[in-house]
Amino acid sequence: MSGRAPQYTEFHPRWYRRKMSTYWWVGKRQHLLFILRELTSVFVGWFVVYFLMLIGAAARPGGYWAFLEWSMHPALVLINAVSLIFVVYHAITWFNLAPRAMVVHVGGKKVPPSFIAASNYGLWVVVTAAIAYLLLR
Amino acid sequence: MADTVTLKVTRYRPEVDTEPSFQEYQVPRQRDWVILDALNYIKDNLDGTLSYRWSCRMGICGSCGMTVDGEPKLTCATFLVDYPPEVVRVEPLANFPVVRDLVIEMSDFMEKLPRVKPWIVTESGQERPLAEKEYRQTPAQLDEYKQYSMCINCMLCYAACPVYGLDTHFIGPAAIALAQRYNLDSRDQGAKQRREVLSQHEGIWGCTFVGECTRVCPKHVDPAGAIQRYKLSSAIEELKSLLMPWRAR
Repeated sequence: MSGRAPQYTEFHPRWYRRKMSTYWWVGKRQHLLFILRELTSVFVGWFVVYFLMLIGAAARPGGYWAFLEWSMHPALVLINAVSLIFVVYHAITWFNLAPRAMVVHVGGKKVPPSFIAASNYGLWVVVTAAIAYLLLR
Repeated sequence: MADTVTLKVTRYRPEVDTEPSFQEYQVPRQRDWVILDALNYIKDNLDGTLSYRWSCRMGICGSCGMTVDGEPKLTCATFLVDYPPEVVRVEPLANFPVVRDLVIEMSDFMEKLPRVKPWIVTESGQERPLAEKEYRQTPAQLDEYKQYSMCINCMLCYAACPVYGLDTHFIGPAAIALAQRYNLDSRDQGAKQRREVLSQHEGIWGCTFVGECTRVCPKHVDPAGAIQRYKLSSAIEELKSLLMPWRAR
C-alpha cells in the first residue's frame, strides 16, 4: 500500500437507485396509522379554532346561545365527532410516546416506563373528569 | 410441511440489466433453515452467480440484512418456516442504491456515522494518563447506555425509515442511537459537540416518529426512543440557553 489516501467512488452510474412512491404509506398498516396520526394535527387545529370562536361568541351578548344553536347543525356535529376521534387518537399516541422520551430517575433509580405512561393517562382522566364536573354539574 | 419452497430473489446485474428483476429458485423447506441457509443453498447448488452479503450467521456482524416479504430482516435470524409454504420474496434492503442482486451500497451511512462522533470524547481532547487508572463505571451507569451499544449497523432501521427513504440527508436512526450511546456514557464529555450535528433538521428534527426503526431492530436498540429522548433533552437545552444565556455552555 502506498501512503496515499484511498480514492472512493462518489457516484457509480450502474447502481440501481429506487424511488419511493408518493403512496408509500398506503401499503402497510403501520405506515397508514402514522399518516393518520400526522393528519390528527388538522383536527387539533380545528378544535383550537372552534374554541376561539366559542370564546369570541361568548363575549357578545346572546352570542353564546347563538353559537350553541349553530353548533347543533348536523354537519358541524359530524365534523366535531370525527375531530374528537382524531384528537383522542392524537392524545393516545402522545401519551404512549411520553415514556419513550422521558427517562426519569428518582432516588438514583429509573422510574419504569409503564409508570410514566400510567401517570400521564391518570392525569388525563383527572383533568377530563374535573372539566366534565364543571360543565355538567 | 411442503418439501420445497419457491424463493423469489431480486437479480440485478449492472453489466446487462437496466433494472432489477425477480428470479425464482426451488429450495428445500427445512425446519431449521433460515433465509440465509436457503440463499447459500442456491449459491452452492443452483446458481453461483447470485450475490449477497453475509458473514457470521449469528446476528452479530450485521451483514445479511435483506427485505424478506417486504420487511427488513436479518436473514440469518429469519426462519423459512415462518413464511407461507409457497413463495418467499427476498429483495435488497430498501432506501439504498443496489450494487448487484441483494447487495446494497451503504457508504452514505459510513460517511454520516463519524459526524456524530461515536466514540468517547474528552473535553481536553486527551486520553487521561495511564497513571490515573481506568475509568470506573457502576452497573447503573452502564445500564444508562447499554441498550444503545447493542447496535450492529445492520441498516435495517434505515431500510424501514420512510423519512430516510424520502430524504437521504436525514442522519438516520442508527447514527442518532449511537450518538446517544456516547452521550449517556458517564465517561464521555462530547455531548455538546454532538449536539451541533444532532440538533439540526437533518438530525433529530427530521424524525417524525414513524417508529418503524424500533420495530425492525433485531437488537432491540429502540432508535426511535433514543431520538425522542434526545429531542426532549435538546429542547430543554435550547430553552435553558434562551432563558439563561450566561449559562450557555
